[in-house]
Amino acid sequence: MAPASSAVKAVPLLANVRGRRLLAPEREQWSGMAESMKAGGAGLLALWGTDDRDRDGCFRIHAAYLLPDEVVLVEHALPAGSESYPGLGPLFPVAGRLQRSVADLLGLRAEGGDERGWLRHGGWPETFFPLRRDSPATARFARISAPYPFVAVSGDGVHEIPVGPVHAGTIEPGNFRFSVVGEKVLRLEERLGYTHKGVARRFEQLSQSEGQRLAARLSGDSAVAFSWAYCAALEAVTGVAVPPRAAALRALVLERERIANHLGDLGALGNDAGFAFGLAQFSRLKEDLLRANAQALGARYPFDFVVPGGVARDLPAGAPAALTTQLGALETAITELRRIYDDHPGLQDRFREAGRLERELAGTLGALGLAARASGLGRDLRVDQPWPPYDRLAPKLAVRTEGDVAARVQVRFDEVLESIRLCRLLLDGLPDGATGVEVPAAEPDRLGIGLIEGWRGPVLIALHAGPGGAIRRCHPHDPSCQNWPLLEFAILGNIVPDFPLINKSFNLSYSGQDG
Amino acid sequence: MLEVLKRIARGGVLSEPLPTADEVRREQGRLQSSLLEVVGRALCIRHVDAGSCNGCELEIHALNNPYYNLEGAGIRFVASPRHADLLLVTGPVSVNMEEALRRTYDATPDPKLVVAVGDCGACGGVFGESYASLGSIAKVIPVDVTVPGCPPTPVAILQGILGATRKAPSRGRNP
Ligand code: SF4
Repeated sequence: MAPASSAVKAVPLLANVRGRRLLAPEREQWSGMAESMKAGGAGLLALWGTDDRDRDGCFRIHAAYLLPDEVVLVEHALPAGSESYPGLGPLFPVAGRLQRSVADLLGLRAEGGDERGWLRHGGWPETFFPLRRDSPATARFARISAPYPFVAVSGDGVHEIPVGPVHAGTIEPGNFRFSVVGEKVLRLEERLGYTHKGVARRFEQLSQSEGQRLAARLSGDSAVAFSWAYCAALEAVTGVAVPPRAAALRALVLERERIANHLGDLGALGNDAGFAFGLAQFSRLKEDLLRANAQALGARYPFDFVVPGGVARDLPAGAPAALTTQLGALETAITELRRIYDDHPGLQDRFREAGRLERELAGTLGALGLAARASGLGRDLRVDQPWPPYDRLAPKLAVRTEGDVAARVQVRFDEVLESIRLCRLLLDGLPDGATGVEVPAAEPDRLGIGLIEGWRGPVLIALHAGPGGAIRRCHPHDPSCQNWPLLEFAILGNIVPDFPLINKSFNLSYSGQDG
Repeated sequence: MLEVLKRIARGGVLSEPLPTADEVRREQGRLQSSLLEVVGRALCIRHVDAGSCNGCELEIHALNNPYYNLEGAGIRFVASPRHADLLLVTGPVSVNMEEALRRTYDATPDPKLVVAVGDCGACGGVFGESYASLGSIAKVIPVDVTVPGCPPTPVAILQGILGATRKAPSRGRNP
């Protein structure tokens, strides 16, 4: 086959990171691009569809690929009247659930893909596609209950344990089907989508300036990352440059979000391994951090601190010094707790070898962020493609090769200490000047990409502008979509009672994946 | 082990007086006496995420940190609705969680209390109502108290729980 890329048209990509945007008019080019991306070592980052029938009679399918040094967008217009496209599953396993989501929301079918509903659980009919422009926003449906066809596992002594969707404990809802022999897990199949709230459709009812509020609430634990990604996408389509002080303050709150989540997880991981002391200590440190947020940023969880054009408020006088002092105390406490964790034989015994994910499998599955770094895949957008202010901070990469719970604990320790260093640097060299600029309405039909390394991994916002400051389409992507399938593999051969610990070591977002 | 003990010694007992925790402690005192009056024993709470963004969960988790000392105030989170006196429900109710929420409610023994947490639980929040979201918790099960905020602070959630236990004797059962 002749290289398909010869006929593919390149247009500039509007984004906060380096990249290319390629239009693939033919279906062979869509598939060919996927093959060359795969050959070039790219991972499939996100997949979404758009209903452009009002413009040219076509649906479009869009793929975002992530390479170490750039993001590549490929879009393909389906021939008028067509509602299917070549599936990417054979090249990128993660495509499976992404394609099922596109099918549920827009009615575009991936050829050769799994046909089971993913986000649609019977709450709306198979013939209703919420992201089609002719689907009324007021549509409501009676529930059609049907059992989900889990893949059956048979064999001598194999039995199934269904768990969820409501779990014992303060966590989000999801369904896990374990096939076990004795206590050993032979297979795990996840069923997610329970918290699907229709966010993509909801974006279309908001203006470009309002979209940040929804972006912050896609996955509350990554509110800063998603707000920033949304704002970065909007700033990219409007050509707005954020003042240096605002960029520094954004990075400060992003790193504090990373610290808060890592502290919470480090405590919970200790607890799940039978070390309640860890939970008490780390949850106390996290609470101190949140209280300092309330004083310096106006909220314990500053969901709406990052706003289009900059940040919502400046730090009060004295806050930089107070925050710096607290970060010092935090660093001392964490270093001490790390030594306790490292030297605790019982804890290490539970952490080591548990939920192991080998580097090669992590690569094949397209692992992202923290989980990928714990399996030896050293990717971090802050390091690989630093956007301001990370371009002047030189963040250090945290990477481990073991791929087990212990490695994911160590990556968290490394990252939390590095984030403290970055926060200090930011507070120390806080640029003077404005904390924001006006953002005009974007020109209609522009597409902007915001890509931010959140605490869990890269979060993406693809923003298609509409006329007069409207959102034509907005697609959010949480790295949990890539990482949920990892858990199905990491659990294999482990015992069921270790599931909470292994699950926590990934700590994935249900809401982020469900949309 | 020595390190652990040293750390505990240095950290002190956090639920002891702390300048920043006055409000919380006052609240805890009130809560505890109210619990004794109303429930006559520890209050058992079952959390249900009916579709939240997970932000409210972060603050419910915080209730278990040493500053709020929930267990000390006589409150326990339990793993089954059958053992619960109170359901702490978050989120706009997603269409996909409606059935599970109803079932959890039905499985909770009477008399039961329901606290709807967060702007979403109160009114659907930023998600509103759509093909996928039913909006407020009260659209699906009877709610005794709503706690606004996005996410609400742990103190606000505690106040909501307290408010619900106070309402307990006379509360109406209609949404
Ligand atoms: S109230 Fe706010 S924090 Fe709570 S679920 Fe809703 S959006 Fe998330």
